[in-house]
Amino acid sequence: MEFRYLPMTETDKKEMLDKIGVSSSDELFSDIPKEVRLERELNLKKPASEYELKKELTEMAGKNANSTEYRSFLGAGVYDHYIPSVVDHVISRQEFYTAYTPYQPEITQGELQAMFEFQTMISELTAMPIVNSSLYDGGTAVVEAVYLSAAQTKRKKVLVSAALHPEYRQLVKTAANGKKLEIVEIGYKDGVTDIEHLEKELDEDTAAVLVQYPNFFGQIEPLEKINKLIKQQKKTMFIASSNPLSLGYLTPPGEFGADIVVGDTQVFGIPAQFGGPHCGYFATTQKLMRKVPGRFVGQTVDKDGQRGFVLALQTREQHIRREKATSNITSNQALNAVASSAAMSALGRNGVKEMAKLNMQKARYTKLKLEEANLPAVFNGPFFNEFVIKLSRPADVVNEALFEKGFIGGFDLGKVYPELENHMLIATTEIRSKEEIDAFAKEMGDING
Amino acid sequence: MAKENFPLIFERSKEGRSSYNLPALDVPEVNLEEEIEDAYIRKVDAALPEVDELELMRHYTGLSNRNFGILSGFYPLGSCTMKYNPVINEDIARLPGFSHIHPYQDPKTVQGALELMYDLQVHLEEITGMHEITLQPAAGSQGEWTSLMMIKAFHEANGDHHRDEVIVPDSAHGTNPASAAVAGFKVVEVKSNEKGLVDVEDLKRVVNENTAALMLTNPNTLGLFETEIVEMAEIVHGVGGKLFYDGANLNAIMGYSRPGDMGFDAVHLNLHKTFTGPHGGGGPGSGPIGVSKELAPFLPKPVVRKNDGEYDFDYDLPQSIGMVKGYYGNFGINVRAYTYIRTMGAEGLKKVSEYAVLNANYMMRSLENEYELPFTQHCKHEFVLSGNKQKKLGVKTLNIAKRLLDLGIHPPTVYFPLIVEEAMMVEPTETESKETLDHFIDAMLQIADEAKNNPEIVQEAPHHTAVKRLDEATASRKPVLRAQKVE
Repeated sequence: MEFRYLPMTETDKKEMLDKIGVSSSDELFSDIPKEVRLERELNLKKPASEYELKKELTEMAGKNANSTEYRSFLGAGVYDHYIPSVVDHVISRQEFYTAYTPYQPEITQGELQAMFEFQTMISELTAMPIVNSSLYDGGTAVVEAVYLSAAQTKRKKVLVSAALHPEYRQLVKTAANGKKLEIVEIGYKDGVTDIEHLEKELDEDTAAVLVQYPNFFGQIEPLEKINKLIKQQKKTMFIASSNPLSLGYLTPPGEFGADIVVGDTQVFGIPAQFGGPHCGYFATTQKLMRKVPGRFVGQTVDKDGQRGFVLALQTREQHIRREKATSNITSNQALNAVASSAAMSALGRNGVKEMAKLNMQKARYTKLKLEEANLPAVFNGPFFNEFVIKLSRPADVVNEALFEKGFIGGFDLGKVYPELENHMLIATTEIRSKEEIDAFAKEMGDING
Repeated sequence: MAKENFPLIFERSKEGRSSYNLPALDVPEVNLEEEIEDAYIRKVDAALPEVDELELMRHYTGLSNRNFGILSGFYPLGSCTMKYNPVINEDIARLPGFSHIHPYQDPKTVQGALELMYDLQVHLEEITGMHEITLQPAAGSQGEWTSLMMIKAFHEANGDHHRDEVIVPDSAHGTNPASAAVAGFKVVEVKSNEKGLVDVEDLKRVVNENTAALMLTNPNTLGLFETEIVEMAEIVHGVGGKLFYDGANLNAIMGYSRPGDMGFDAVHLNLHKTFTGPHGGGGPGSGPIGVSKELAPFLPKPVVRKNDGEYDFDYDLPQSIGMVKGYYGNFGINVRAYTYIRTMGAEGLKKVSEYAVLNANYMMRSLENEYELPFTQHCKHEFVLSGNKQKKLGVKTLNIAKRLLDLGIHPPTVYFPLIVEEAMMVEPTETESKETLDHFIDAMLQIADEAKNNPEIVQEAPHHTAVKRLDEATASRKPVLRAQKVE
């Protein structure tokens, strides 16, 4: 079998073994104790030729119904948006996708500057002055925000809105077990965080209040009221998880007094790819800068006075601080941050606003058409590009019928909110045409009966 | 005089330019301002750049030209396994059936994706010798933390709530102690001996009834195989502790030895290292973990199951530690790793380790006369030199690293592991040819010679890069973390 990634020839091997002074490469493994040496070949599928493998994996991919063939109304944290062609051309440059973390700034100015620009763009969208160079995804960014608030306030209790993405809430719960934090869930009322419940639970032991904006149901949380309530408690932090696309139109959490704003930039140039990799962002205030997890890129000058960029504030990080680090996270999501930066650059100041508004317009049209098909929305507050409807049949049954008609239907809320059985979360993005929305509403009406 | 700055994308911006074409507003428009309260409508635009498409592409192409990737040149960055990233991986990951599928689709509509995940798990189980794999962790550090959370849950299920200590060698990656701390453990350090291996006597001293786990990389960060691994496993298991394997260095032993057979209870893998990820300039990665049968009930949920030829997610895991990452992990990276494993097979992966080790030993023996070699036994896939000889001549390891930049080579990892002074950690990987290794050896010998005869040229390096040495101290003392004036 030939291996096209392995350049070693018999001649090379002989010359190298001579230099080392051994007669076979097996001698180099002789320090592995006999009892733990594998004396058989690994039992794996046989190596496949390039042609055969491409054929097989293309067939495997073909077994998946994808959103280029099906018309999708599924969101719930992961969205099907327009991805400008520039994005994939940018991130296909090997200098971006094969490189390691830019620890040698003289030869990695490109990556460093791209991260610096990403930090600036997210800072603009969120209205927060300090942004790191990305984290794994929106969910893990929420976890890091919770850790930070607990460490900073030296408190253990965190109030989490039930209208926060259900998986993000699960991640917070898992993580809380490591640091022995107490997570209190705040219910929702009319589709937004229940302010009375929040007021009741909020006290001097509360490290942070965590809400999503727009929330999991698509509703726009009353951040003004929430902030006022939080500010009654000294030190308690206000954490908002926010879809950055919505901030093209909505007032950013930074202007409502948020201490930490996190979220996922999947909406900008990153395909759904079955849930990952996406790209988390972490934005905060000047005061908390030195407590932030992950990497920062900072601007500086070289010895000739030319502008340049470096990894800054590294003394927070695990490779230096070890067990005293602000977080154990090593990697960021650099390539996806570059993808999002390219998408945000393509959209620019006007495009991001226009795209946000298009989402809102098309979602409202979908809501109207579904109402006409006897499927009214159940929450009536202001929303972004998602809303909840009640069905007369189980959501999975409706989705199966929709699938037959070429649609990927909405998220089955009953799976995570028992009180919302037979409810569906419908997302409409800018790429859905009027024709598709009309057809979808008609099918929904027919199926629902 | 300073060269002209490479512009920020914001500095290329001009009002009225754009490079987007959104779908048309083809539905009846409603007045959003009637619905949305004024306080919630953004008043000041986010000042994203306004550039046309050519300008955008020139900008990012210009940035990429100021970056060094694996196709730019040799990248022997120790512990990072900077091997060739096969281009077929990129093609497969971009198939719409893999890239444009939603995590909440009905599993019946994504059987191909589940099949890939399942079969990747099966392959990784065999490669590591572990009972079960989860693909959920996003990268290595999350894999470490997930493993420790499972070990913690295991001890607690046994009523061993007092086990709050995790033992970490002094040569370990910094992530190990950091992950242990985040999982709520105290970190206890175990020393290395004069051979660069864990000091077994010291291990005996630090284990006790509070030991939750030992975290170990094997081969370790010095590139040396922990030959007393069997005894170490007995010591830790003897007090009821668990063994965690940091898979950063798996590239050295595939097909030769398996962590599961060495007695490890949990293993994390860096698919972006050993299995050609790629690294993406710092991420995304993928950090699956493998566990023993005993730990399997604590796996994060969901797990992928196969019943009668059909694949599904199983959320019904009463002892699970819960979810550790949204959805199912970094699927897009897992697709690349799977493509790689299927290209190589058992025969190929064993050759990978054979050649990675052969390359490292060849380089080590070619450099040991001019550079101090603290540990002289055969290495595995990487080795650590010390720049002590050169330092005496006034040339520090940092200078050597910067001089390599002038010669078109990415430097090794420097000043790590911490237990070697002026450390240079070199990992060639198996995908580099002998000619490339010889080029690196020649460059290192040239620098050793320069350190003796012309130290200034090394001390002042780099001379030929896009920027010269940067003022990192000021960047941290007075941080500027975003473009100051954006209009």
